[in-house]
Amino acid sequence: MGKVCLWGPVCYYVLKRMNSGQNNGSAPGTMGIGSPEQGTLLVSLRGSWTIGHDLPPAREVIAYAASRPGTVRIAFDHSGLTDWDSGLLTFLVNLQGRCDDAGLEVDIEGLPRGVVRLLSLAREFRELEGLPDRKARETFLASVGSRAIGSVRYFTGVLEFIGESSVAFLRLVRGRARFRRVDLGLLLYECGAQALPIVSLISVLVGLILAFVGVVQLRMFGAQIYIANLVGIAMAREMGAMMTAIIMMGRTGAAYATQLGTMEVNEEIDALKTLGISPMEFLVMPRMLALILMMPLLTVYADLVGILGGALVGVGMFDLSTAQYWEQTVKALNLNQFAIGVSKSAVFAVLIAASGCFHGMHSERSASAVGYAATRAVVVGIVLIVVTDGIFAIITSTLGI
Amino acid sequence: MKTDRAHITVSDVTLTYDGYLVLKDLSFTIERSDVFIIMGGNGCGKSTLLKIMIGLKEPASGKVFYDGVSFWDADPSERNAILKRVGILYQRNALWSSMTLAENIALPLEEYTDLGSRQIREIVNLKLSLVGLTGFEEYYPSELSGGMQKRAALARAMALDPEILFFDEPSAGLDPINARLLDDLIIELSDSLKTTVVVITHDLASIFAIGNRSILLDPELKTILASGNPRELLRKSRDPKVLTFLTRGQTDVDRSSLAKRFSGYLYKEEKKDFSP
Repeated sequence: MGKVCLWGPVCYYVLKRMNSGQNNGSAPGTMGIGSPEQGTLLVSLRGSWTIGHDLPPAREVIAYAASRPGTVRIAFDHSGLTDWDSGLLTFLVNLQGRCDDAGLEVDIEGLPRGVVRLLSLAREFRELEGLPDRKARETFLASVGSRAIGSVRYFTGVLEFIGESSVAFLRLVRGRARFRRVDLGLLLYECGAQALPIVSLISVLVGLILAFVGVVQLRMFGAQIYIANLVGIAMAREMGAMMTAIIMMGRTGAAYATQLGTMEVNEEIDALKTLGISPMEFLVMPRMLALILMMPLLTVYADLVGILGGALVGVGMFDLSTAQYWEQTVKALNLNQFAIGVSKSAVFAVLIAASGCFHGMHSERSASAVGYAATRAVVVGIVLIVVTDGIFAIITSTLGI
Repeated sequence: MKTDRAHITVSDVTLTYDGYLVLKDLSFTIERSDVFIIMGGNGCGKSTLLKIMIGLKEPASGKVFYDGVSFWDADPSERNAILKRVGILYQRNALWSSMTLAENIALPLEEYTDLGSRQIREIVNLKLSLVGLTGFEEYYPSELSGGMQKRAALARAMALDPEILFFDEPSAGLDPINARLLDDLIIELSDSLKTTVVVITHDLASIFAIGNRSILLDPELKTILASGNPRELLRKSRDPKVLTFLTRGQTDVDRSSLAKRFSGYLYKEEKKDFSP
């Protein structure tokens, strides 16, 4: 059906569209509409109906049908069609939808066989019933509710993690935790020796900055010598531990989140669980232990390098001798100052490992979720570090240390 | 529809991996609208060959021609033009996890066409309906089952109405029913759209169900061991290695009954008339 001989001369017009630029050189798709018999509209497809062409819209057919009272059926003739792809298919799907709304029957038998098969294929799969509508905008209350539920789940997860890691830590102390010693060695190397270059760079710069900022004020009183006090105490009590913790959070904490998140994606953590091996003992404890051991060492190292940075400014730019600077630093510092910094660093180590491991182990199973877990681990970790540092400041101040 | 017999020609291609020779002097031709199977055991270089054919890895020597144009000698714009005509279904689907299914399918259309957002949305809906995922437009890949992810990846591979579709282990990770559904879909789309299909697989059911031409790679000889219609190879080949592969090592079974069981499973021997 749908051959040219069936076309009645009653009405016929051709819609032509200019080529929009992308095509294979064939004539752009056009459409002729006629009424060869009562109640039937015959749509004649001509030229190339491909997505590179500006194709006639389906609404033209509906508009024409509306202008012909009594039209109940739409048929097709493809004898003039030279080429087709999704451009024709989307036109037909669109037309089908409009015809359904207008109560018109669509007879696809006059279309190319491939088109008929694909349209049948598309119709074969129907939308699943009960599928949530993702396009629907969430109401304000629903949004608040889902966020609240998410927050409760998050904090429940945090409590679970604290509980499980405490149990695992006790087993570790009693020598019963199961993990590979070789992993611990590798982790110690990664979060210790490998971190030295970046810790050195940042610490020396922090020392330089402290000295520069301090000297501007101290020079007004001719007290440049106290740069040594300022830099020494600031590095030992605060900046050494704080800057090392922030570096390690961004570097090692994020790496832990990514490693464990990827293991979650690859079901490696599930594999450990099914073997009866606690991921807390096998994965979290070695990481936490490595950081607890390495962070104090890195902090002391950062303190010394920071003091060296201050000395570079004091000695190099403000006429202090090396001996003077050294003597002043030794006078200003005592073991308490270092002890405060080192003890903070051990707490920071726990926070870094906990934030990295917790967010990694609670990552969803996709590449973007792993990235999100790493970001969240770093943000939460840094906030915890700063808050904890504030708590330490209050405690030491209250105790007069 | 395309009516010429355009094809892919792989000519004297040698593949190496970290200096290790994987395959040497590989030559074969894929004709338009073939469902061409590249088969072979694990580690024979199938996936590396695919990477060379789709421009992800340069061969140590040899050429890959698309309609007579040497891919690796072409300038970047010509290569892009070739790649625009190619759709790829990766073994692990490679759907972008941060995008919804609709966004995954829309991206190639946004990059390579001047279509408006409404037209793109219509095409996205069409592609998803063709693979049975109507209603899942706003879902993320991680929210779908393995079979659904595979079909979504197929919808993305078809986004630009490619002339050539590459499938890397399409049935990997699918249960037999979903694997069969995917085979059906490949045949239906290939027949309807006259797409040239290249399938890298060692899944015998798929090989016999959908392939009309094939090559079998041998990791020991490092070259093509046999070529032809896989069902014909099963029936007629006398090479013990070919038979071992195609019968899963059961070389003593009645090959005629095995061939009969496999042939006609999905594939229809008669050539389709693709003219509109």
